[in-house]
Amino acid sequence: MNGALQVAVRCQGLRKSYGDVVAVDGLDLEVQVGECFGLLGPNGAGKTTTVEILEGLLQPDAGQLEVLGMNWGTDDRALRQRLGVQLQETQLAEKLTVEETLQLFRSFYDQGPSPDDVMRIVGLEEKRKSWVSRLSGGQQQRLAVACALICHPELLFLDEPTTGLDPQSRRQLWDLVHDFKTRGGTVVLTTHYMEEAHRLCDRVAVVDHGRVIALGSPSELIAALGAEHVVEIAVENDDPAIDGWLAEVSGVQDVRRERNGIFLTVSELHRTVPALLTALKEQRVVLSNLTTHHATLEDVFVSLTGRHLRDD
Amino acid sequence: MIKYSNPLLQLTRARVMEFIREPEAIFWVFVFPVLMALGLGIAFRNRPAESLRIAVEQGNGATALAATLDSFPDLDARVLQPETARNELRTGKIAVVVVPGDSLTYVFDPSRSESQLARRTVDDAVQRSRGRTDPVPVGEQHLTEPGSRYIDFLIPGLLGLNLMGSGMWGIGFNIVQARRRKLLKRLLATPMRKSEYLLSYILSRFVFMVLEVAALIGFGWLVFDVRVYGSILDLLVVSVVGALAFAGLGMLTASRARTVEGVSGIMNVVMMPMWIFSGVFFSYARFPDALQPAIKALPLTPLLDALRAVMTDGAPLTANLGRLSIVAAWGIIGFLVALKIFRWN
Repeated sequence: MNGALQVAVRCQGLRKSYGDVVAVDGLDLEVQVGECFGLLGPNGAGKTTTVEILEGLLQPDAGQLEVLGMNWGTDDRALRQRLGVQLQETQLAEKLTVEETLQLFRSFYDQGPSPDDVMRIVGLEEKRKSWVSRLSGGQQQRLAVACALICHPELLFLDEPTTGLDPQSRRQLWDLVHDFKTRGGTVVLTTHYMEEAHRLCDRVAVVDHGRVIALGSPSELIAALGAEHVVEIAVENDDPAIDGWLAEVSGVQDVRRERNGIFLTVSELHRTVPALLTALKEQRVVLSNLTTHHATLEDVFVSLTGRHLRDD
Repeated sequence: MIKYSNPLLQLTRARVMEFIREPEAIFWVFVFPVLMALGLGIAFRNRPAESLRIAVEQGNGATALAATLDSFPDLDARVLQPETARNELRTGKIAVVVVPGDSLTYVFDPSRSESQLARRTVDDAVQRSRGRTDPVPVGEQHLTEPGSRYIDFLIPGLLGLNLMGSGMWGIGFNIVQARRRKLLKRLLATPMRKSEYLLSYILSRFVFMVLEVAALIGFGWLVFDVRVYGSILDLLVVSVVGALAFAGLGMLTASRARTVEGVSGIMNVVMMPMWIFSGVFFSYARFPDALQPAIKALPLTPLLDALRAVMTDGAPLTANLGRLSIVAAWGIIGFLVALKIFRWN
């Protein structure tokens, strides 16, 4: 690995449109070597288009781009030798076995671990003779990651690696990414799961409408909300006027309404909740529900855009 | 570090493995042509000249006339009610109806060659039975040329058809499926050479081509005694060129299509004219002269001509160079254009 290299990916003013639809709209990124960098955003935010531009699969309409200190268009083959790629929705050949698939991918690269080693890393040794079509969703996804790891990449791209997987498979994949990073690899990951971004990523770029709208470590982003807790309440005799005096309650940073609930962002739960209860009593408002949770990247996204990461 | 294994070999191996794990593909490539040869070979087998089926319409003297005609070895005569007789004539069960009377009337369709023959044979039989004699005595000498049966014509035809079909379908379907499943895009993200990917299809076709030729030629020889009068090696060379041509064309038809339905349509448009015009089931000489240059420019036509030249005429390769270069040109141009316009994403 190049010891002098500090920045794995650098791009500025990246733009890409499909007809009238602007997918990427002036996006800047800088991914450091050795970090796990997340692109977090809802479906259609331009994450996949961005990643496919970084992978050299799509040509940007405008913008500068440097990957591992090299450029697409001049160093393609050298770059491809050093990148591991997992694409969203790729279905590998159904009637090849796990082992055959890995042998095939291994043959494209000058260096890298043996298919046996990679099978061990992703935990598919027992499935080596199974056809790809007979693997579970989680196993297929691990095989896709195995194909990305087969060249011992310096930079690993994962596009929505756990979408549609059950919780256990999701955790297995997280462990894989974590191990890869521990061994010094750089990861660029897209996701619309806040938990995934929170657990895996050193830094997260929140992407919406093809632009980066916030950047930082997950805890920095949450801290930027100015409050670490969210109190959700529901009241029986609801009235829009309530919002006005709720915002005045000591310690409440923000009030917003959605899904029949009122969400209050607060920094100190132990002070604000008693104050809130007192205020409710004074205003003769009957509480029907009260829950609290730590602020998450989801709350960050909602406070930035007024929308949720996922529609469901 | 030494390369783990050659990518072209790995890609070809993957193609071969995928194919042999697909029972439907095996059926269409190996079983179907053999079944077709069996069916057509039986339907159009050379039989000892069959007697002609004719009818005498019910009426005065019908029974006696039918008995007389039936006594001739070439004729099979029955007495039928007028309505039944017309009906059987119309549906082709009998070739001619004789209406008895003082003068006989032959009812038949003059556009049917079988009926024309039956009319003459019946007339000949009638006149002889009434005492006509032949002024000139004649004798007959029977000749059977080897390789002159329909099945001898058909087997090379089916071989060419199979080289075309399995090249086009086998490659076209596979490529479009890989595109639809985003596998092509995934491969594009590796350092794999695009030309090696496409070449692996052609190499895998050669592997199966040998087996296809062996299956069909072996079947023809065992079941119908169809011989290869030229050299087996020449036959293989011709088949290699044919497989190459249709692999290239298969790739070309699949180079842009995004759906299996789309590629199926294009394949049918490309192959249908060759099914009809190139002389698979009957000689293309039956088509008008004006069409001949176009027919001969289709890749399947010179391939079939070359296959038949080697198999039935025992012609050497040197006699087929012109034909083979037309076939090869289609393949090479197809491959190069496909490589140029291929849609990976």
